[in-house]
Amino acid sequence: MLNRYPLWKNLLIVFVLLLGALYAAPNLYPEDYAIQLSGTRDIHQVDQALMDKVTAAIENGGLEIKESELLDKSGLIRFTDSETQLKAKQIVSQAVGENYVVALNLAPTTPDWLTDIGAGPMKLGLDLRGGVHFLLEVDMAQAVGQRLDVYVSEIKTKLRQDKLRYRAVEHLDDGSLSVKFSSPETRDQALSLLRKDYPEFLISAEDADGANFLTIMLTEATVRSIEDYAIKQNLTTLRNRVNELGVAEPLVQRQGRNRIVVQLPGVQDAAAAKRIIGKTANLEFRLEAKTDANSALTETYDFRSEPGRKARLEKDIIITGSSVSNAQASFDENGQPQVNISLDSKGGQLMNRTTRNAVKRRMAVLFVEHKSRMVTETVDGEKVEKRVPYVEKKIISLATIQSVLGSQFRITGLDGAGESSELALLLRAGALAAPIYFVEERTVGPSLGAENIELGVTSVQIGFALVLIFMAITYRVFGLLANVALCLNLVLLVAVMSMLSATLTLPGIAGIVLTVGMAVDANVLIFARIKEELKNGLPPQSAINAGFDRAFTTIFDANITTLLAAVILFAMGTGPVKGFAVTLSVGIVTSVFTAIWVTRALVNLTYGGRQLKKLSI
Amino acid sequence: MSENTKIYDFMGYRKIATMFSAILLVISIGAIAVQGLKLGLDFTGGSLVEVGYQQDANLTEIRDQLEAAGFQDAVVQTFGAPTDILIRLGADHDPKLGDKVLAALQAGGDTSIELRRNEFVGAQVGEELREQGGLGMLLALFMIMVYVAFRFQLKFSIGAVAALAHDVLIVVGFFALFQVEFDLTVLAAVLAVIGYSLNDTIVVSDRIRENFRMMRKGSPTEVLNASLSQTLSRTVITSVTTLLVLIALAVFGGEMIHGFALALLVGVLIGTYSSIYVAANALVMMGICKEDLMPPPKEEDEVLDEMP
Repeated sequence: MLNRYPLWKNLLIVFVLLLGALYAAPNLYPEDYAIQLSGTRDIHQVDQALMDKVTAAIENGGLEIKESELLDKSGLIRFTDSETQLKAKQIVSQAVGENYVVALNLAPTTPDWLTDIGAGPMKLGLDLRGGVHFLLEVDMAQAVGQRLDVYVSEIKTKLRQDKLRYRAVEHLDDGSLSVKFSSPETRDQALSLLRKDYPEFLISAEDADGANFLTIMLTEATVRSIEDYAIKQNLTTLRNRVNELGVAEPLVQRQGRNRIVVQLPGVQDAAAAKRIIGKTANLEFRLEAKTDANSALTETYDFRSEPGRKARLEKDIIITGSSVSNAQASFDENGQPQVNISLDSKGGQLMNRTTRNAVKRRMAVLFVEHKSRMVTETVDGEKVEKRVPYVEKKIISLATIQSVLGSQFRITGLDGAGESSELALLLRAGALAAPIYFVEERTVGPSLGAENIELGVTSVQIGFALVLIFMAITYRVFGLLANVALCLNLVLLVAVMSMLSATLTLPGIAGIVLTVGMAVDANVLIFARIKEELKNGLPPQSAINAGFDRAFTTIFDANITTLLAAVILFAMGTGPVKGFAVTLSVGIVTSVFTAIWVTRALVNLTYGGRQLKKLSI
Repeated sequence: MSENTKIYDFMGYRKIATMFSAILLVISIGAIAVQGLKLGLDFTGGSLVEVGYQQDANLTEIRDQLEAAGFQDAVVQTFGAPTDILIRLGADHDPKLGDKVLAALQAGGDTSIELRRNEFVGAQVGEELREQGGLGMLLALFMIMVYVAFRFQLKFSIGAVAALAHDVLIVVGFFALFQVEFDLTVLAAVLAVIGYSLNDTIVVSDRIRENFRMMRKGSPTEVLNASLSQTLSRTVITSVTTLLVLIALAVFGGEMIHGFALALLVGVLIGTYSSIYVAANALVMMGICKEDLMPPPKEEDEVLDEMP
């Protein structure tokens, strides 16, 4: 019979739509303002006792809790409004102390039966939710340079071991190493030795100014792997730091060859976040130089808090901040800020071995910071801004070693309580393998986010209503059927976006609006064809059939090409633009489904298998 | 084929349309070359801070306050509403910039001012984005050309890409001429215009191909006129629905996507026009004929006959 779908086809369509409705449903439940509580390390787990203590503290503060629950390793406390949430955060932070992280969060209220099937609401982008977005660039030249410095000392040791006399091993500015010999024979022996042991070197020999040189470059693959390592190391450190900041659902991700994206939804104090994230602070522990020490083996540094005061230290570093396994800020007996440090076993041994022979000598703690300044240079007549990195090392404490130190000790001489807790945090989270610089930053306030959502939703509603009215007027019954399909399209779009846990951004909402406008296109194409076929004298049922059939290839071609443009947009876009590309692509796919199959099913149900004289189109 | 549709003589006006397109293109290219685009922060790099006032803000007062606080090169303007102020600053970046600006403004006594947005884009990032944007656009055009050449025929593909390039140039030209800020969302809109205009062009091309195969008699111009007339109602209705939602977006969507909505509005209007007058016109100019679109002959001897 003409224009009847077989039962299985109708059932399939109903099934897809029901599935869509199910997965779109979580978006209908509003989110709760919540605070999330989690331990900074594994020994500090959140348990029921802690939760009871926290909830009691909140209630004592006169605040109302909507619900509190103990999750796998963390606790979640829900409130009815954001004001209560903010007040409660302060109370909780004080109640639990430094071993726990308290984060502001928006908790979904999706019922359990929906979460059980993997359904959840769409994520909101930073422009809708408020928060901070950073793009960081890792200083790769520095990362490679650090490795080259290590090679310099390795090569020296190797040549000494093999009794090959060299005159100098230097790390040149262009990223190569130069080894200077006084005879070509030694040079050639060294060449074959290094070739054998270091397959990652590209070595060339040359003679100049009466000396014999080896020039060593790193292979491209080695440079790449050093860079990869630096990025991975930095990602880990940044993740640790972000976790320490207490942000719910942060994003820390590599982007391109040398960049890292950090997104912190809900964070308002961008400056604080940035200080913690971007800090390349590290510590070095060194002994003070003896008065008769060779000046080639010592270096002189300034004190950080006492301008003018200097101290001469040994060049040898006992340990650095990377040997620190835990660090806690506290106050000493005089109320001065201090950081209690625990070292890992290797660090503890090193510290023990060094201090054993150095009791009554003084040990300095150097605060090392990578910084950069912008310098304007004139290159080829054009002013170019260049970033010049530099390292600042200052002494924060110089204290007499009273007894042999082990893996536990404390450092003092810090500027204030803020600095001690920041230093403790940085030591816990680990140092960055290479310095990073901020190349992009975007902060969106919460009120702007809320406003953006409101504006977006309003424009979707109004645009949608206008299209529905227009279609109903233009195509009457068919227009109404198309409208039903259009509504279902929106449900499916939201469902797919939720399933992919895609992020909804403001341009994403614009994409939905645009999809609504363009989704009717397929229906318009079909209806225009049906009208034409009717004019050509085809009976209504055949006209419907022919209209759908003949419009199909057109719809297919037209949408594939648009999809192509959307995919390219996705590939090259970042952040919000990606969000737009995602909604546009998903919208194209769902609109083809609803416009072709759903509308057809509806038309079949309305008109199929009946004798018709006229169509309301 | 349909004889009941009224056939309009679209191609009769093709000389006028060519002139019209040529003028628009000259103005656009001229505007881009002479005035240039007013590129947004995304592409130039720099800092901006958006603050919200309770009452309508006094721009001169804000400028004075900022100058007094040492922000000499600040550009102050309203953003959407008179209570909403956008402050653009040079390329130096300071993590506390937003707070500093806010403090400078609140020093005037009004503590209800709120920091809404604070953005910084490094000059390098902006430059890369500019390159990437242009590259992405070219890549999109190329991929589409390949697809259309594969699905239709080379002349159609040239026609389609000519129409797209026409649309992109005019939309970008519009932004240059009226010095509307061109940011990342506008670039996204331009790519969406490519998608939309293409959609339109494909629908028309599809009908042209069908009619070339089905109409026994009739010159290429007649075939094109018939095809354009048959698709006219669809072209108009789709444009109207899309324009309806875009107007809703432009009016109610807020300042942040204003440029986006504007680019699409211009793009949809020009895209609708170009699918009729640029793509089809290009086909006439390239001398499209029935033979271009006939399915390749299948019978063996016919192939042999063609051999000289």
